Order: sequence, then structure tokens, then C-alpha cells
Amino acid sequence: MSDVAAPVEVEDVAALPLEELHPAKAKRFANDTLWPVFERLRREAPVHYTPESEVGAYWSISRWDDIMAVDTDHKTFSSEPNITLLPHVDGQADVTVPGLAMFIAMDPPKHDIQRKTVSPAVSPTNLKLLEPLIRERAAKILDSLPIGEPFDWVDLVSKELTAMTLATLFGVPQEYRRLLTHWSDIVTAQPGPGRIVETREEKIQVFQDYHAYFTKLWNERVNAEPTGDLISMLAHSPATRNMSPLEFFGNVILLTVGGNDTTRNTMTGSVYALNKNPDEFAKLKASPELLPSMVSETIRWQTPLAYMKRRATRDVEFGGKTIREGDTVAMWYVSGNRDESVIDRPNDYIIDRERPRQHMSFGFGIHRCVGNRLAELQLQIVWEEALKRFPDIVVVEEPVRVLSSFVKGYESMQVVIPARH
Amino acid sequence: MPKITYVESDGNRHEIDVDAGWNLMDGAVKNGVPGIDGDCGGNCACATCHIFVSAEWAEVTGERTEAEQEMLEFAENVQSNSRLACQIEVDDRLDGLVVHLPESQY
Repeated sequence: MSDVAAPVEVEDVAALPLEELHPAKAKRFANDTLWPVFERLRREAPVHYTPESEVGAYWSISRWDDIMAVDTDHKTFSSEPNITLLPHVDGQADVTVPGLAMFIAMDPPKHDIQRKTVSPAVSPTNLKLLEPLIRERAAKILDSLPIGEPFDWVDLVSKELTAMTLATLFGVPQEYRRLLTHWSDIVTAQPGPGRIVETREEKIQVFQDYHAYFTKLWNERVNAEPTGDLISMLAHSPATRNMSPLEFFGNVILLTVGGNDTTRNTMTGSVYALNKNPDEFAKLKASPELLPSMVSETIRWQTPLAYMKRRATRDVEFGGKTIREGDTVAMWYVSGNRDESVIDRPNDYIIDRERPRQHMSFGFGIHRCVGNRLAELQLQIVWEEALKRFPDIVVVEEPVRVLSSFVKGYESMQVVIPARH
Repeated sequence: MPKITYVESDGNRHEIDVDAGWNLMDGAVKNGVPGIDGDCGGNCACATCHIFVSAEWAEVTGERTEAEQEMLEFAENVQSNSRLACQIEVDDRLDGLVVHLPESQY
């Protein structure tokens, strides 16, 4: 992580010509210097074009209302064939595994059918069944934390709890849960020296292991009676049982990343935000009934996925610009969530906001996050149990942030719990 | 002002005077009726203001829009009389309307 720990390079965003602004530059997300870029875009160029970058040419949509308009118009702004900006080599998008398909990156009607196949896993009925299990695990994790000495909250709490939940949803044995976290990190990682994967070849190898493991699970499920887990649902549902192996694997990737990364990073973000805003932390301790509102405010403030990508299906006039058929469009949720025309004092973390659920982090329209209530449930439980046990959780150094403009999260964060209640 | 009655799934009733020109989601959220979230602020983009409108009110409340239909595809426990409250604008013809709320908004 040497490039993350290096001194923050001072970049005068205000002085750059607009056309040179490249909002998806990953480094600014790793050193938390992204904000002036999006402030400028919202003010001066809310529909902005970056003609050239390592992720190709792309439009950036940065205001709340414009993002809402793009997100709710799936006919003009398609999710196919993928929903992230891709590294470009010689002007061409470099896809790690060609042919992968997942329902988040499909349009109706196929999207609707596949989404409906997996959504029962996160239905209200299933969440009610999961709740006591998540609570029991959260309690166990929190009870085992060291007192009075620094530890990595990401590793011991955020990753542990979300990996356990995801393993249950997939029907993966608990002893393999951290493989899911590991694969999730690698799927979204840019290979590079000193990083979690160093080369493209290494990344492809991990994809192969990951794919092989889930193919084995599929084969086991398909030959057994249906159970309630996601793999069994996919293997038995008439809508998905004839999926191609790459379509199955694509959906596994979607559910792995969607099912742990986002919640995990918000769980870390909640501890960080409350430490940065001690008055809000005090408010929460004094009034635990603010927890649901704190959870929503943290999801807004963190915005664990910074954007989603769309592809224009026709030439369209948008915000005074002409977006051409085939153009790549990034909807920057991270910017919409800080749009002062919609959110009052958007840069402030306020756990008792009037309308805390008003945020873009789950997206809007037909691709809205299917697991949003499970995310909220896990965050709610971990804090209910933490507040019972600990008078304080203290962040002792700046977290190490993920080098990605898509996954806005934390590699690690050292904290100390001074005492138990 | 048109009077709207929101009935929670446990039978709890809320009689609310809603300004003409507001939609049924605003009428609930701004008056603290529990059971309607309205996360997207009335853009037909989150399906968290799901309600049931009884048959006798179907004509004045109108039909689902295309976007509303798409969003309801992913809501829980959708019935033939399911609507999104943000897509129904209140006017005097709706005075006396009774709508029922689902157990949960997802």
C-alpha cells in the first residue's frame, strides 16, 4: 500500500482546465481528496466529459436531479454490458473475464427475471429469520475484541460479520467465509505492485479458483433438494437453472461484492464518522433510538459505491450537452449525496437529519440495491450490540482507504476500545 | 382539504387532511404516518411508498404508469390494487379515500 501512504500530492483542482478533470482518478479516493473535484463539477459542469483517461472517455453526472433522471431512464441509459468504468489498453476496454454476465448489468426483461430469482433471499421473511443469527454472531465478535490495545476494525469486525452473513446466504461453510471477502476484494482491485493482486495474470488465476469453487457448489445444489440459499435458488429456479456458466459466475460475483463490500465499508465508515464528529457520537450514546437514522446518514455520508456506469442507447440532449449513442456515462452517487440543492449541509455528518433516508447510495430505479434492508439490518445490529458493551470506540490513526473510484471503502482502520461497560 | 385515511397493516388508522396538489406519499411522510418511507422523494424510483387502493377508488386514482409498473415488479407482496403513493396526486375527488399499507416497504 506504499502509494496510499505516500504524502498527499497537492493538486489545484480549481486551476485545471475543465476538460482535463478526470473525476474517476482512483488516487483521489485513496487519499480522500475527491471532494473539490465534484464541488467544481456540480457548480460549473454538471454534465461533464472527460475525453481521455486510463478508463477511456466518459461523461460525469454530478448533480442529484440529473443522476435521478439518468438512473430512472434505463431505456436511454442502459446497464449493459457492465456497470463500472474499465481500464483501457490501446483504446479498448480491458475485460478481465470476457463474457461475464450479471443481472445488475442487464436490461429488462432478463434483468427482472434474474433479480426476482434471488430477491427472496433478502425478503422481509428471510431477514426476520436471519436477524437472531446476525445478532448472535455480532455479540460473539464484539465480546472477543481486545480491550485497551489497538486492532484493525476492518479485519476483526466489518469483514468478519459481513462474511458470516454472506456465507449463510450462499450456503458456503463458515470456515470458508473469508475466501468470499478475499475474492470480493480481488474482483474490484486494480492489479499493481504491492497491491492485493500484482498482475493481471494473477487476477485471472484467482477468478479461476473462485469460479471453480462456485461451480462445485452449483453441482452439489443442482443434485440436491432445493434449500433456501442463493446458489440453490439459482440452480433450481426455472428462470436461471439453464444459465451459462459465465452468467452464473457473473451473478455470484455481483452477490459477493454487493453482499459484503458495501456493508463492510459502511460499518467501518460509521466508526470513523462518529469519531470525526464527537458531538454526533455523544448524541447517539445519549439517544440510541437515533440508530436507524444514524445508519441511513452513514450510508449517505460514506456512499460505499461511488458511481454506477451506464451506456447511452441513442443520441440524447442532456443538461445542454449531446451525449452520443454508445457513450459511457458515470452517475456519481458520491456527488449527488453532497448536492447542497437537495441535502441540507451535505458535507456535515448529522445523525438526526430530518430525512436521513433521502440519499442515493442504493441507486434509484429498477437497479436499486436489492439487499438494502439487509445492509441496514447488519449496521443496526452491530451498533445495538456495540453500544451495550462499550462506552467508546476510538479511531487511533487515519484509515487506509481503498485505491478505487468505484468501491469507496477502507483497507484497514486501527481502533482502541478503552473499556467495557 | 381532502381527507385521506391511511390504514397500517395492524389496523391502526390515520386520518389526515392532505393539501390538494400533494401526492399521497407526501401526505403520509410529512404528517408522520409510519409505514411509508418515500426514500426517493416522489420520483417513482424506489418503491418504498407501496399502498393498496380499494376497487371503488380505482377509477379516480387512475392506473399505474409504466415506470410505476416497473418499480412495483420488485416490491414485496404486490396485489392487483397495489400502487405507489407518490404517483397519486391528491385532489378534491379523493376526499374520503382510504388506503391500506403493506406490512413492510420492501
